[in-house]
Amino acid sequence: MDLIFDGVHTALSLILSLDREVFAVTLLSLEISSCATVISLLLGIPSGVVLALANFPGRRFVVSLVNTGMGLPPVVVGLFVTLFLWRNGPLGVLEILYTPAAMILAQAVIATPIVTGITIAAIQNLPANLKLQVQALGATRIQTVWILVRESRLPLLAAVMAGFGGVISEVGASIMVGGNIKGQTRVLTTATVMETGKGNFDVAIALSLILLFLAFSVNYLLTVIQQRERPR
Amino acid sequence: MTAPTHILHVEGLLIRRGGVQVLDLPSFAVKPEEKVAIVGPNGAGKSSLLLGLACLVGRSSGKITFQGEEVLPQTEIAYRRRIAVVFQEPLLFDTTVIDNVAEGLRIRGTGRAEARETAHNSLELFKIGHLSGRSAHKLSGGEAQRVSLARAFAVKPELILMDEPFSSLDLPTRIGVAEDLGRILHESGTAAIIATHDRIEAFHIVDRLIVMESGRIVQEGTPKEVMAEPVNSFVAAFRRTTGGS
Repeated sequence: MDLIFDGVHTALSLILSLDREVFAVTLLSLEISSCATVISLLLGIPSGVVLALANFPGRRFVVSLVNTGMGLPPVVVGLFVTLFLWRNGPLGVLEILYTPAAMILAQAVIATPIVTGITIAAIQNLPANLKLQVQALGATRIQTVWILVRESRLPLLAAVMAGFGGVISEVGASIMVGGNIKGQTRVLTTATVMETGKGNFDVAIALSLILLFLAFSVNYLLTVIQQRERPR
Repeated sequence: MTAPTHILHVEGLLIRRGGVQVLDLPSFAVKPEEKVAIVGPNGAGKSSLLLGLACLVGRSSGKITFQGEEVLPQTEIAYRRRIAVVFQEPLLFDTTVIDNVAEGLRIRGTGRAEARETAHNSLELFKIGHLSGRSAHKLSGGEAQRVSLARAFAVKPELILMDEPFSSLDLPTRIGVAEDLGRILHESGTAAIIATHDRIEAFHIVDRLIVMESGRIVQEGTPKEVMAEPVNSFVAAFRRTTGGS
């Protein structure tokens, strides 16, 4: 127990003293995961809307793939993104392996199916005739999609939370494609793994607490927005 | 050029859903300002007819002419902007009452302030102007259906299609809403087609009654004519509920 209490004590002093390295790692985590979440929203919401509304051969198969993708193991994503970005890989020419860009790419791959899957569910949970009502009002296809997305905004906030939560907390892909390079690609999760491995439990606990606080803060903010919008 | 004698004219309308033919309408027309009720048992094709007339479901064949102009796939949206559809459920958006009613106008490109002003007038028509700032999801069934009707009338439709708009309301509310609707329809001169199970709409609002069965029209005439010679057991039962002779 002493180990834990000492760890928490050191953690709090590291946090309160605004330790420069801890601060840098926290900021980078936030930047990478936020970028990845935004990319996943840009890709996942339109894809989810199309899959929810369109009818085409193989649609069920694609939806099944998306649902499977919602549970993609980060290490598998890390492996394949590494292979793609490897010097001789299909995207090797980009030369972004072991950079924050590679980590953003990997995290976006993890978050996009989550956002897509939740978007499909959100659109499909709207009243059956709502799409017809919107069309009956004279809406164009784009207006129809916009109104349906607007009507799904509360469950879509859950997609943002799930997407962000999924990537801020993953470690497998980040460590594989980022390499945990100090000052360049070290984020909260990879640093926690490293410090635990070195036996620096106090630092590891500090990083874990910051990670939890970060995840909680973002989710709290989104939850406040979601609950304020919820019809009572 | 003379004005068309019918606001809506339909020829050879066939609709199939899930591989089954649900509507077979060789010919059907509505005159300007005419109010038509469609009655028939569940599965008779009333909803399919309304969805087909609004071009909200694909048709296997058939020609729809509105105000003398054929409705083509590329003109369907423009056509829908001249009509309005009211569904059985109010299907209100998750926003305020006023913004719900203004939505059709906003879709047509009307500015926010002008759309809200028109929406407010439409709400007043249905005696619910006081609800304008309320969340649409906090309304009673009767209030929600009035908002749905106000939304339809806000766009000043030339034809309004209504699919059993009062079926989920209790009797006193239904009578009140039906009376207001009848008054507004006659004052505005809007042509209307109302699918109904209810004698209140069928007798107090409409000029012509159409009886449907298995996707076809089996009888039509004024409400009195149809009731005088019921063509099937549904109409006979309908007559009994009206107390007609």
